[in-house]
Amino acid sequence: MVERIGNYTMKLAGAPSVLSFAAVASKKESEGPMASYIDIINQDSMFGQTTWEKAESSMQQEAANKALTKAQLSPGQIDVLFAGDLLNQCIGSHYGLRDLGIPFVGIYGACSNMAESLGLAALFVESAIAGNAMAVTSSHFCSAERQFRFPLEYGGVRTPTAQWTVTGAGGAIVGASSMPPYVKQVSFGSILDKGIKDINNMGAAMAPAAAQTLTHFFQDTLTCADNYDLILTGDLGSVGSELLYELMERDSYNIRKKHADCGLMIYDRDRQDVQAGGSGCGCSATVLCSYILQSMREGKIRELLFMATGALMSTVSVQQGESIPAIAHLVHLSNRPDFN
Amino acid sequence: MSTITNAAYAQMTKDASPRTKVQQSVPLAFVFGGGICTIGHALINLYISLGLAKEAAIPTASITLVFLAALLTGLNVYDDIARYGGAGTLVPITGFANAITAPALEFKSEGYVLGLGAKMFSIAGPVLVYGMVAGIVYGIILYVFQLY
Repeated sequence: MVERIGNYTMKLAGAPSVLSFAAVASKKESEGPMASYIDIINQDSMFGQTTWEKAESSMQQEAANKALTKAQLSPGQIDVLFAGDLLNQCIGSHYGLRDLGIPFVGIYGACSNMAESLGLAALFVESAIAGNAMAVTSSHFCSAERQFRFPLEYGGVRTPTAQWTVTGAGGAIVGASSMPPYVKQVSFGSILDKGIKDINNMGAAMAPAAAQTLTHFFQDTLTCADNYDLILTGDLGSVGSELLYELMERDSYNIRKKHADCGLMIYDRDRQDVQAGGSGCGCSATVLCSYILQSMREGKIRELLFMATGALMSTVSVQQGESIPAIAHLVHLSNRPDFN
Repeated sequence: MSTITNAAYAQMTKDASPRTKVQQSVPLAFVFGGGICTIGHALINLYISLGLAKEAAIPTASITLVFLAALLTGLNVYDDIARYGGAGTLVPITGFANAITAPALEFKSEGYVLGLGAKMFSIAGPVLVYGMVAGIVYGIILYVFQLY
């Protein structure tokens, strides 16, 4: 049963389980610290396809299939699938997952997709309207770059605050089981726009939304950073993470020691030329659905607040001089099902 | 948290954001830009020594540089050089060649008409348009002044 706590948070008393998870990535990610945890790495960033868009679809398909295989489930045993990506009209998901035949709910939360889809999947299972539910998302550096910025071979210089879109996909299946990790609470954020217009500083645009969702969650649950092993944000990068600390400190929450950011984990910033860190839906999806959920299953991380952030602009709104609205969704995962 | 004003947050963002290392990028741009121009001049001298008139040697050198930049773009090398060269590789004629070749390569997947043909000028187009407009304005001014 789902119960509402405070103004923003939903408690999943039955604590549905993450049955399986899988991550797919490519060459640059294979040179980073997460490489050994990722299920499928294809050194060919085209994934054997003829276009970048098809490559992204292919990654989603592989992530979904791998998650199904690991859970020993067939597509017919999944009652609902939540998926989305960054491409116009979410073609990464629509083309990649069209052959699965699973009831499909397309979502768009920009880079917050993994938390949004995982939260929705858990809520559907907890409400008993789905036996098993799947969440999938992806991003591809090349397809994102040519949609949002410049052609790949263009010699423009990236600013130090810019982030590198991760070529990766992640999928997770939620169902009723006694295997950790469990989804215990979900908090969907509201859109917040603090007037940042620089498309090369997405971390700064998204940090206030992250701070808002986290503050609301702490207030609803009467907890603070000390109650959790890790507060994991999706892709705030180095600039956004620092801004999140400062914003939280204004409300007397110190999260510095408990915080990590997927965008700062997936690449080695000293060796790999990625400026302020990784970004994209695939960033949080790949890190969560590999190293993080694996560590939770093994009990190395026991209480996790996973909060993926999204910048909700489009190329049109940016060119028209609009500021960047942002969102953050939070999923509380735990390696024990009880709430005591 | 949400009580912070946009102006206060803009200041906070400015303080938290690292700046471009000007002491590093400006000398690099000077070296790369100067290097490209030196190659250009060497080409002019070469073509003159091969018997071309100066008026023909200059555009021939430009064409050679445009060809080289387009070739390096196609070989996925130009953007790697530009990462260090910055404005030094952007400003000379080679940057212009790269700005046309890169989208042409990239958008070929959408076909030769709506992809390559249309998107080829997505970066260089504004430079062409406003360059020509500036030329026309300058021409009119010159014409008016010459009347008197």
